[in-house]
Amino acid sequence: MVFRQAKWEEPIIYELGAPGRIGFLVPEVEEDIKKEVGELKVPEKVARTSPPELPELSEVEVVRHFVDLSQMAYGIDNGPVPLGSCTMKYNPKIAFEIANDPRVMWLHPLQDERTVQGLLEALYMLQKWLANIVGCDVCTLHPAAGAHGELTGTLTIRKYHEVKGQLDKKTEIIIPDSAHGTNPASAAMAGFKVVEIKSAPDGNVDMDALRAAVSEHTAGLMLTNPSTLGLFEEHILEIAEEIHKVDGLLYYDGANLNGIMGYARPGDMGFDIAHINIHKTFGSPHGGGGPGAGPVCVKDRIVDPERNIKLSDLLPGPIVMYDEKEDRYYLKWPGPYSIGMLKAFFGNVVPLLWGFTYILGLGPQGIKEVTEQAVINTNYFTKLLKGTRGYDLPYGPERFRKHEVVFSAEPMAHEVDVTAEDVAKGLLDAGFYAPTIYFPLIVHEALMIEFTDTETKENLERYAARMKEIAEIAYKNPKEPKTWPKNTAKGRIDTAKASHPRHVTPTWRVYRLRKEGKLGALK
Amino acid sequence: MYPWLPNSPENIKKEMLKTIGVSSVEELFKDIPEGARFKGDWNKLEIGLGKPLSEIEIRKFVEKLFSKNKVFMNPPVFLGGGSWPHYVPAVVRYITSRAEFYTAYTPYQPEISQGLMQALFEYQSMMADLLEMEIVNSSMYDWASAAAESFLMAMRIQKKGKTRVLVPSTMNPYHEPVIKAYTEPKGLKIEKVKYDKETGLMDLEDLKEKLSPKDVAAVYIENPSFLGFIEENARAIGEIAHDYGALFIIGVDPISLGVLEAPGKLGADIAVGEGQPLGLGMNFGGPYLGIFAAKWNMRIVRQMPGRIMGLTTTEDGKELGFAMILQTREQHIRRERATSNICTNEMLCALGAAVYMALLGKHGFKKLGELIMYRSHYAAKKLNEIEGVKAPVFKSEFFKEFTVNFDGAGVKYEKIHDELLKRDIHGGLYVGKWFPELGETALFCVTEMHDKGDIDLLVSSIKEILGK
Repeated sequence: MVFRQAKWEEPIIYELGAPGRIGFLVPEVEEDIKKEVGELKVPEKVARTSPPELPELSEVEVVRHFVDLSQMAYGIDNGPVPLGSCTMKYNPKIAFEIANDPRVMWLHPLQDERTVQGLLEALYMLQKWLANIVGCDVCTLHPAAGAHGELTGTLTIRKYHEVKGQLDKKTEIIIPDSAHGTNPASAAMAGFKVVEIKSAPDGNVDMDALRAAVSEHTAGLMLTNPSTLGLFEEHILEIAEEIHKVDGLLYYDGANLNGIMGYARPGDMGFDIAHINIHKTFGSPHGGGGPGAGPVCVKDRIVDPERNIKLSDLLPGPIVMYDEKEDRYYLKWPGPYSIGMLKAFFGNVVPLLWGFTYILGLGPQGIKEVTEQAVINTNYFTKLLKGTRGYDLPYGPERFRKHEVVFSAEPMAHEVDVTAEDVAKGLLDAGFYAPTIYFPLIVHEALMIEFTDTETKENLERYAARMKEIAEIAYKNPKEPKTWPKNTAKGRIDTAKASHPRHVTPTWRVYRLRKEGKLGALK
Repeated sequence: MYPWLPNSPENIKKEMLKTIGVSSVEELFKDIPEGARFKGDWNKLEIGLGKPLSEIEIRKFVEKLFSKNKVFMNPPVFLGGGSWPHYVPAVVRYITSRAEFYTAYTPYQPEISQGLMQALFEYQSMMADLLEMEIVNSSMYDWASAAAESFLMAMRIQKKGKTRVLVPSTMNPYHEPVIKAYTEPKGLKIEKVKYDKETGLMDLEDLKEKLSPKDVAAVYIENPSFLGFIEENARAIGEIAHDYGALFIIGVDPISLGVLEAPGKLGADIAVGEGQPLGLGMNFGGPYLGIFAAKWNMRIVRQMPGRIMGLTTTEDGKELGFAMILQTREQHIRRERATSNICTNEMLCALGAAVYMALLGKHGFKKLGELIMYRSHYAAKKLNEIEGVKAPVFKSEFFKEFTVNFDGAGVKYEKIHDELLKRDIHGGLYVGKWFPELGETALFCVTEMHDKGDIDLLVSSIKEILGK
């Protein structure tokens, strides 16, 4: 297959335009207003003294510049993006229209509730649907991303122990070594010490290691199931028992929810708190890095029977409620036991409406079908690639995968020094986005592949064929992969130089000042 | 069969299952232990409307819901408080609707993502010039979470034992709980500096007193403040903070930076803010754009949260290129020792803001800022002319928001709000619950979206409601 990405020699925006041009006409101040107000009195001490060093472009120049740049980007609408654990699926266009409706754009977050009944109703439904999908009782749509949901989770765990008066001894969170980096980072942000436990050769949590790690200091455990290896954690019920025995809470990282919907629910497996990535599982686009939405759902267990405090009372952000008597939706703002707020207002409503529309379109049957499709795709692809010289399938190679599969390019790297990164670049050259590479950390030369429910059978076959071809080239001419990619907008990027204290250039301002000799190395 | 699921037709599924070597899809799930399985009737759960819908049915269903909302356009809401009704240029929506951008992932593979990375580098660059700071990351969730992370960052930069951050008593009450939630586990104490009752400005004597134990990590101000006034002593506050070894953090509304001095020139070590006014829409609360910037200092930069794009070259050195830089700060490498847990951020919003800044350019911000100021001042003046109404409450200059007090009219603001609503006008935000000393006061917001007719309608309606 021939692929050529656009290769515009597109200047930095500062090098475009000409003095005097403007891309947006600011209305003139009404004469009557000018007369009435007189001269503006910006306090001299804080009045801007020189205009910002921004470029001057007409509207058409701005449009052409960014359109050119867009042609040197690659998203799911261009082709497969099988980034493992990222769940890059198709973003239905009807959801685009609904989420980006100007009638939503113009709603202020503090607008009188009587004037946003339709939106609140939609969000109320979404809370309920998500709770049903993950087997929980109450959801907050407040968190803005997956990691934001994790922070919600770890702060909720903290609050749980605080309310029970045992925070001083509940100081540790247990996390498997296959976890996303955000898990330990989120635990640390909530003030916990991270205890890492290793995975067993079959991909499950090593139960001996877990038992050794659990103690009276265990505040909770963070786990994604299926794991980042794409394997369902077979000991989940025992794990839950161990953690609950010491009054710890189980946190479910929803990154891999796409692999189990309709077959298992976090709330039924012993998890107390679960986050959901709307931008992974429920069809909202990733926006080149965001925005996402990371709702958090809980089993509404009792925290303190005397004060009648339930786990849902600890959740942050406004939660949409329905007053049946008055047939009215309203926002319940955080109460006295809530962890409070993690962003200023409600939540990321645009991605949430994508998710709303996605679930609306699929219904329960379609949601289950999504998971089946994703799992069929993973195992079909695994079957096509397994056994290919150069690639290895570590951890329980005989087991069926769920949402994703992690191959290793270690044999190839070891034998001919062609690495996972080289394989990635070879895939780019064929017009495919690469897998997630070098993650999870427990797999050397990892190639983490997740086709989701989106990819066609034909594309899976093409992708496998290209990976086989790359392996063949690697063994025949191991130098060639080092020259990839060739068909993308740029050849291999020097990432080491990019972060070097003498070269690091995060903004054009730094470039400019350095050239003028006004800025030294970053010290 | 589902149009979004290309392999859902039975014949395709069958073929794939055969290749895998199983006779049914259920076999692929047989490793789920019995006790962990979902056992109810999945199709009876309330998920969507209980069945798949066609696009036509979705549209009809959603239209019914949307018709229950009231969208204020004539005039737009007079609400601010951290989200403001600014105009969203068509070009911004057009560019952020480019599928190559919005359906992309974080650019882990730089060579095929250069356009996205350049656009984000340009966001960082234009924001840096607007703020006069050297380093800007490619976004946080919003102003509140950016401010919270800046406080944590200040604590990490400072020597151990500096565990207090001083903030204005007038700070945004929607930001305060966010800051508390983020910083409390790390033992950071947030303390409020008194404000001058006449001007609203920070009380400098109280500031010095609170700084004197020399255990303050940072001093934070908002400019413009939540209550709308301009903190004209910003520079002096920064100097005092530095005298006592504290960092100086300024939170900004970027749309004010054509008329107000850039934080970098006011002595800020870190600047944060809300990018929502830069063409992003209010969207009932999100997504917004947390601005995060720092001065050129490794001690500071090393502690920065979030992703940063940087200019570099290709490995052969022949062409310019872009990469994500200084990644050893981040969670995917540093795990529990990372500067933050942030991963997914608000890149598409940053891209939108980049387009917005490019459209306005070097001179547009000043022109827009002046237009906003003229109109907000006109509104305040006209409201102030009504008997029993005082606007603004403070003597200080303000930008786009201002306090309106109704104590003299002897009417609860809630009543005025309800009456305005009946006239299809959405009034300002009641602030008495956070600032009881201000009485029946609401915060009104006027932007470039409110023309003279809109303002006159508001004024005449309030007059009518008050029977004046």
